[in-house]
Amino acid sequence: MSSATSRGVRRHGDGPLVRALATVPAMTYLVVLMVIPLGLVIAYAFLTAGRFGGVQGPVTLDNVTRMLEPLYREVLASSVFNAGAATLIAFAIGFPAALAITRLPSHWQTAALIAVVLPFWTNFLIRTYAWIILLNREGLLNDGLALAGLGPIDFLYTRQAVILGLTYAYIPLMVLPIYASLQRLDPQLLEAAQNLGAGAWRRFRTILLPLTLPGIITGCLFVFIPSLGNFVIPELLGGGNSQMIGNLIRDQFLKSRDWPFGSALSLMVLALLIIIVMFQASAARRTRRWGA
Amino acid sequence: MKTQRISARRAVVLGIGGAVSAVLLAACGGGSSGGDSAPSLDPNADLSKQSIVVSNWDAYMDPDAALKFTDTTKANMTVANHATNEEIVGKLTAGGDPGIDVAFVSGQYAQALNDAGLLEPIDPNLVPNLANLYPESKNLAFDPGNKFSVPYAWGTTGICYREDLVASPPTSWNDLLNPAPEYEKKTLMLSTQPWLNLPAAKALGFSANTTNDGELEQIKQQLLKTKPTLLGFDDVTFYERLASGEVVMAVAWDGWCNYSGDPNVKFVVPSEGADLWADTMVVLKSSKNKEAAMAYINFMIGDEMQGWMTNNILYKSPNKAVAEKAAAELGADYPNIAMTPADLAKGEGLIDLGEASKIYQQIATEVQAS
Amino acid sequence: MMTRTLRSAPLWLLYAFLYLPILVVIGMSFNANDSAYRWTGFSLQWYPALLGDAEIMGGLRTTLIVAVGTTVISVVLGTLLAMALERYLPSRALDAAAAAPAVMPDIMLAIGLLAFYTLVGIALSPVSVILAHSVFGIAFVAAVVRVRLAGMDPSLEEASRDLGASSVKTFWSVTLPGMRPAIIAGALLAFTLSLDEFTVAFFTASPAEPTLPIVIYSSVRFGVTPQINALATLLLLVSFIAVILAQRASRLGDSLRREGK
Repeated sequence: MSSATSRGVRRHGDGPLVRALATVPAMTYLVVLMVIPLGLVIAYAFLTAGRFGGVQGPVTLDNVTRMLEPLYREVLASSVFNAGAATLIAFAIGFPAALAITRLPSHWQTAALIAVVLPFWTNFLIRTYAWIILLNREGLLNDGLALAGLGPIDFLYTRQAVILGLTYAYIPLMVLPIYASLQRLDPQLLEAAQNLGAGAWRRFRTILLPLTLPGIITGCLFVFIPSLGNFVIPELLGGGNSQMIGNLIRDQFLKSRDWPFGSALSLMVLALLIIIVMFQASAARRTRRWGA
Repeated sequence: MKTQRISARRAVVLGIGGAVSAVLLAACGGGSSGGDSAPSLDPNADLSKQSIVVSNWDAYMDPDAALKFTDTTKANMTVANHATNEEIVGKLTAGGDPGIDVAFVSGQYAQALNDAGLLEPIDPNLVPNLANLYPESKNLAFDPGNKFSVPYAWGTTGICYREDLVASPPTSWNDLLNPAPEYEKKTLMLSTQPWLNLPAAKALGFSANTTNDGELEQIKQQLLKTKPTLLGFDDVTFYERLASGEVVMAVAWDGWCNYSGDPNVKFVVPSEGADLWADTMVVLKSSKNKEAAMAYINFMIGDEMQGWMTNNILYKSPNKAVAEKAAAELGADYPNIAMTPADLAKGEGLIDLGEASKIYQQIATEVQAS
Repeated sequence: MMTRTLRSAPLWLLYAFLYLPILVVIGMSFNANDSAYRWTGFSLQWYPALLGDAEIMGGLRTTLIVAVGTTVISVVLGTLLAMALERYLPSRALDAAAAAPAVMPDIMLAIGLLAFYTLVGIALSPVSVILAHSVFGIAFVAAVVRVRLAGMDPSLEEASRDLGASSVKTFWSVTLPGMRPAIIAGALLAFTLSLDEFTVAFFTASPAEPTLPIVIYSSVRFGVTPQINALATLLLLVSFIAVILAQRASRLGDSLRREGK
C-alpha cells in the first residue's frame, strides 16, 4: 500500500484557505448542533425537574444515584441483551449474504445492494406493523405452521419478537459496510490460500475475518447502537412486556415530565457506547496496520 | 504539524466551553410564564382574517370539519395530528410558539397545561353552545366551570370482553386482575397511566388519583402479580384482538369495544367502579387567533359535529340533545352510548397528578419491565 | 451451477427475510375492509383515498423538504469534514467527535436538540428538523467519503499542483471528482436516513408541520389502515423508480465520459 495513504505523513500543498474552508464550517456546525445539545443533556442530568418539564434549581446527584438502582440497571442489561442478540443474528445472516453479493457478476452487484437497501424506503413503522400481522396468534406464521401440522407459537409480545424486529430493522446497515470491506479484499489472497490447501473455515478465520474486521465492526455498531436506543419496536412488538432503555428515556421526557432523570439515563447509555466505540477505534487502528 | 495539533485542541476546548456554558445557562432557571392579564376577546372580530391550527388525534373528528368550519365562520383552519396526550403536552410545554391554536387533550392534561400558564381562559360569550351541554359535563373534577377547557367527548373505562368466549361475563376488576386459568395469556391491559393503575386501585378500594405511598405500593404489588397472566399491554389494537379471539378480556375505554364490529364484544363497568374521563379542547395563550379558536370550539360542541362524533367514534357526547338522540338510536347496539350522565358521575373524575405522575410512571416501568 | 445457487443461498435468505413483511404491506393495501389485519377481499379504494388525505400529503411534503435540505447540508459539510479529518487534523478526539452522531443513541440527540432549541429560542419547524437530521447526515457522509479519500491516489493532486494549479483549483477539478462516487453514496445515505427518520423528528418537529413518519405514528392510534399500507407501497414504487433512473443516468454519464476521453 502506498505510504502516502497512511495518516502520519504530512500532505504538502493544500493551502491554508482550503484547510480553513474544509475545517471551520463543518466543525462549527457539529459544535453548535451536537456538542452543545449533548452538553445540555449532561448538564440537565444534574439538575432538578421543573414542574411542567424542563429543568430548574438546585444541582443534585439524585438522578445519577437513581439511575444506578437495580430496576434501571436491569432495563439497561435487558436492552444490551436485545441489541446484542440482534447484532449477532444480523451478522450471521448479513456476512454470508454480503459475501454472496461479492461473488455475483459485477453488474449484478449494484442491483443486489439496492435490493438490500430498498426496504429502507418503506416506512419503518409500517414494516414493523407488518410483522405484527405475520407473528400474531392468528397470523400468517401460525397459519403456515398449521399447514405443516405444527402447533401455534406465541411469538408476538415476547423478547424474541423484539429481537427479530430489531434485526429486521437494521440488517441492511450490517450488509453494506461488510460488503465494502469485502470489496477491497484482493481475491488472489483467497485463491492463494485455497491453492495452498486451506479449507473454507481456515480461509474465513485467517484471511476473510481479520481483513474485513473494520467493515464487520462498523456493521455491528450500525446495528447495535440504534437497537439500543430504539423505543418503537419494543413498544409495538414487545407489547409492553419488555421495557428497553429507549422507552424509559422517552417516558421520562413525555410522561413523567422528568427531564433530568431522562438525561441521566441517556448518559448511562452514552457511557456504555463510548466504551464500545473506543474499543472499535483501537481495533480499527490495529487492522489498519495490517494493510487492509 | 504544530498548527494542526492546536486546531484539534481548539475544537475540543470549544466543545467543552459549550457544555460549561450550557450548564450555567440551564442552572439560571427555566422559562418564565408571563402572567399579565390579556385583553378580553373581541366578539365582533372579523374571523375571515383569522386562521387556526388544530391538533387532534387522527380520525377523531369529521374529516370535513375544516371545510364546514370555514363555510360557517369564514375563518381558515388546518389540522395537525398527535398520537398521545404526552406527546402534544410535551411539545406545548417545550416553550416557544408551538404554532398550535387549539389542542385536543384529555382533561387531566388540560389541567396540567393550565397550571403551566399556557392556556387562554374560555370566553363563554364566544362559546354560546356551552348552554347545550349537560351540567355534569361542565363540572368535571379537572376544570369545574369550564374555565380553560371544553369537553368534546366523555366516558369511562371498563372491561371489553367476548361474551361467547367467557364462561360468565366479568363483573369485577378481579376477574381480569386474577383471571381464571383458562383465560391466562388471553387478557390485555392499558399501558398508559392512570389507566394502568385504575383496575388495581379500584379493586383495592382506593382512589384512581391516589398519591398515598402505601396505597400505591399495594397497587403495584397487585399489578406485578397480574403481569405474568397477561398477553401484554395494548392501547391501540386490543379491539382487533378481541375480534380475532386472540384475547377474551381487555381493559378499555368505553367506546373502543364498538370498533371491533363483532356483536359478541361487550362492555361492562366493573362493580368496584371506574373513572370519569373527558377529552377536551383548549385554546393556547400563544394563539394569535383566539376569537377563531373560540368559534371553533363552539362549532365542535354544536349539534352537527357532536352528532358526527357520537355516530362515528361511538363515544358519549356532552351535548344534551345529541346524547339523548344517540341513546335512543344507538343505545341498543352500543350500550355505552345509552349511559346517562348520572351513570357517568358514579365514576371518579381524573385529575392531574402533578409531581405524583413521576411515581405513577415508575410503577408503570416496574410492572412492564418485570 | 449448483454451487453458484448454493453460494447465493444466504443472499436469498436475506431477501426473503427483508421482503416478507413488504409483501404483507403491499398485499394488505388492497384489502377491502379497513382493517390491516384481516383480509376480506380485493379493493383499490385506498389509493385514490390517499391523495385526498390532507395530513398525509402535508406530511409527505414536509418530509421531502426535510430530506432534500438535510442531504444538501450533509453532503457539503460532510465532504469538507472528511477532508479535514483525513488530511489536516488527524486526531483521535476529532475522529470520535465526527463519529459521535452515528454512535449516540438518537433519542439522546433528539432530547439534546429539543433542550437546545428551547434554550436558544429556535422555533420548531421543518428547518429545526433539517438542522437536526444534518447532524448525523454529516457524520455518515464524512464516514463514507473518508474511506474513499483514504484510498485515493495522491499523485494526481500532486501532479496538478506541480503543474501550477492553486489549492482551490486542485480541490475543485481533481479531488472533488475523485470523491464523486463516495459523495453520491453519502448523499443517498443521508437522504434515505432522513426520509424515514422518526425519533429525532418526533422531538424536533413543529406540532403543526409533522414529517410523514410522525403522521403515520399519529394515525396508528386506531391501528394501521390499508390506506397507510397504500402509502407505503407507493413510496416504495417511487423509490424503486428513482433508483433505476439514477442507475441509468450514472451509466449514461459513464459512457458519455468514456466517449469524451
